[in-house]
Amino acid sequence: MSALGRRIVAWLPAVVVLVGVIALWEGLIRAFDVQAFLLPKPSEIARTLWDTRHELWTAGWFTFQEALGGFLLGSGLAILVALVLARWRILGMALLPFAIAANAIPIIAFAPITNTWFSPLNKSSKIVIAAILCFFPVLVNTLRGLTSVNPRALELMHSYAAGQAEIFRRVRIPTALPFIFTGLKVATVLAMIGAVVGEYFGGALNALGVLILTRARVFQFDEAWAGIVVACLLGLVLYVAVAIVERLTLRWLPSTSE
Amino acid sequence: MRRVLFRGTLFVVVLAALWGLWEGYRWLWMREAWTWPFRVDSTSMPHLHSIFGALWSSARPGGVGPRLITILFHAALFTAKEAAVGFALGAVLGFVLGALLAHFQILARGFLPWVVASQTVPILVVAPMVVVWLNPKLPGRFQDWGAVAVIAAYLTFFPVTINTIRGLRSADRRALELMRSYAAGNWRILWKLRFPAALPYIFAALKISATASVVGAIIGELPSSIQDGLGGQIINYSQYYTTQPTGLWATNVVAAALGITFFLAVLITEKLVVRRAPENVA
Amino acid sequence: MSVVLIKDVTKRFGETTALQGIDLVVEPGEFVSLIGPSGCGKSTLLRIIGDLIQPTTGTATVNGKTARQARTDRDYGIVFQDAVLYDWRTVAKNIALPLELARWDRRRRAAKVKEMLELVELTGFDNHYPWQLSGGMQQRVSIARALSFDPALLLMDEPFGALDEMTRERLNMELLQIWEASGSTVVFVTHSIAEAVFLSTRVVVMSPRPGRISNMISIDLPQPRTATTREDAHFFELVTEVREALHLGHDLERAPA
Repeated sequence: MSALGRRIVAWLPAVVVLVGVIALWEGLIRAFDVQAFLLPKPSEIARTLWDTRHELWTAGWFTFQEALGGFLLGSGLAILVALVLARWRILGMALLPFAIAANAIPIIAFAPITNTWFSPLNKSSKIVIAAILCFFPVLVNTLRGLTSVNPRALELMHSYAAGQAEIFRRVRIPTALPFIFTGLKVATVLAMIGAVVGEYFGGALNALGVLILTRARVFQFDEAWAGIVVACLLGLVLYVAVAIVERLTLRWLPSTSE
Repeated sequence: MRRVLFRGTLFVVVLAALWGLWEGYRWLWMREAWTWPFRVDSTSMPHLHSIFGALWSSARPGGVGPRLITILFHAALFTAKEAAVGFALGAVLGFVLGALLAHFQILARGFLPWVVASQTVPILVVAPMVVVWLNPKLPGRFQDWGAVAVIAAYLTFFPVTINTIRGLRSADRRALELMRSYAAGNWRILWKLRFPAALPYIFAALKISATASVVGAIIGELPSSIQDGLGGQIINYSQYYTTQPTGLWATNVVAAALGITFFLAVLITEKLVVRRAPENVA
Repeated sequence: MSVVLIKDVTKRFGETTALQGIDLVVEPGEFVSLIGPSGCGKSTLLRIIGDLIQPTTGTATVNGKTARQARTDRDYGIVFQDAVLYDWRTVAKNIALPLELARWDRRRRAAKVKEMLELVELTGFDNHYPWQLSGGMQQRVSIARALSFDPALLLMDEPFGALDEMTRERLNMELLQIWEASGSTVVFVTHSIAEAVFLSTRVVVMSPRPGRISNMISIDLPQPRTATTREDAHFFELVTEVREALHLGHDLERAPA
């Protein structure tokens, strides 16, 4: 079977489930004439998606920029900090308990505070929340990757009289890459959620989170759901983008090449 | 013993350094009147000692009424109840789903991508609809907070499902063949071999879920107009932020403490249950 | 000038003494095997020669320099029991790694990689990733990498220990051919008596607790060694001699002090 054929077969069950669930949902609401103001029919959501596409696109793009900014800022900082902590192990040992504790903090609760740091209308307030949400999973994963190097591989580098910088560049960072991507993929989803939820505590009128909230308040649930679908799709876009970069970067792994 | 002492000292030193960093940043930015990335004053960054001081003084200005810490403690207990019920619900659901998907390859192919996609749903914006829809259906005892627990469960189940699948599949092949040679059935293999092999993975997920359930409970409260929990307090104090910023900071300190408490509870349970060499699992 | 000169080396890890009073001289062109039961410190001795760990007392000299200086000058190549290939590098790039670190230019690197691939009979596998190779092929890449910068000394720590007997014997032959062609000196750690006798010009027998050299046996089998060497009567005599030396070391350990 061709590679394409195999891929289609691999994804077939997922498509069947999606189609099945949507058909069941639509069918149940039609058949039992459920009062469907909370969970509208998929067809209705689809129509609303199309009808309000310009508004949704503007709002989605606005929020996506916040998420992307937060993702880049938070992940970038996390990787830098992980490099420092891996280079000077005593620092890593000292700070790790605090990183773990910080990871257990409901960071979203800080959204009202970042909203007062910047104006709620300012993108920065959401970027900061998204960045903090992204920071810890990337930090913890990167640090684990940088420190899980085969000791023999290090001895080999010593035998070549390689310095610390060479060891980081040629051994530690390549070893850590799969771990880093695991962290980044978690972070993509968190970035989008952070941005949308940040807007929930107050944001610009043309932001996606605000759009969903205001529509839900006036019981226009089809429009609210259309907004939620857009939020999910944008989260997926970021996730898939990182996954593609991962595939291109990690060609050496048996599982990523065909 | 010396190691414990060393670690303890290190902990205190780092704590002091972080404190110094906060106060130093505050001092420098205020002195130079820097406004990037944001203007620093007693509202945007209160003194740390005044945040902790606020916990021990009266919640209302004028010094009457109970201490803030008392109020927040009761709010934290309420949120903890929601989070704990949601955590238990999500963990059981996540495990059952994971076991099903691990056992039936075809189900995994069909459902796993959507389980992953479900995590991109910004739950907070769905929460009001869940609460409005679910509340009338709940028996009186669970009114209001039951719906919040469901939201907490939603955030909890995902890591458990993913790691249950990975864990159940991680059982050593030779150990599996050994079990087959004893003519053990699928159920026996599940409980005697696959489940113990999966435990470290499941606990790794439960540690993530512990925090997630607290997050879920807090954000679930926000749109449900539940006043009794930490989420209600956050809404409350964010309205008074310009006049009394320490209230919101103190509430967040308590929320952080609650998250860490949940995490530590799972950590301690793990130490008691998994008495094996720690494994390197994500 | 001796390639390796070990003088009265002792190595302690905390309470345990891994090596005690080691003296060893390896001359240019020799193939010396270190053999002994586990815990006799043979790998530790190899790592001291390579300056991967430092002796507690005593000195290690390589090519007339301190071991540290020899390592910095890239005087030796090392091969471990696992191939320790870098997963993210192709076969060609794995072999080229030490050359990159030594700042060879691209053209010279490519030429050398081609030469090494021919030497270990892996021509055509340049662009394969390590996971696409069998265990024996991976170990050959690892040997090619160790030899790529023409080190005067090759340190090998049970390089064929994880391979099956057939592959092992074939790689033994290949290693001897490479050794003859390159004229380098080899220090080889093994726990296989037959392998040590077949490969070496001299076998150093070690005994444990504390690790020390209990015997040295010259292997005067004719060069070059061939498949028939293993069936030679003198080969069996030497195998027996090494075995008895090993057991003697073992009994010494058990004898009341």
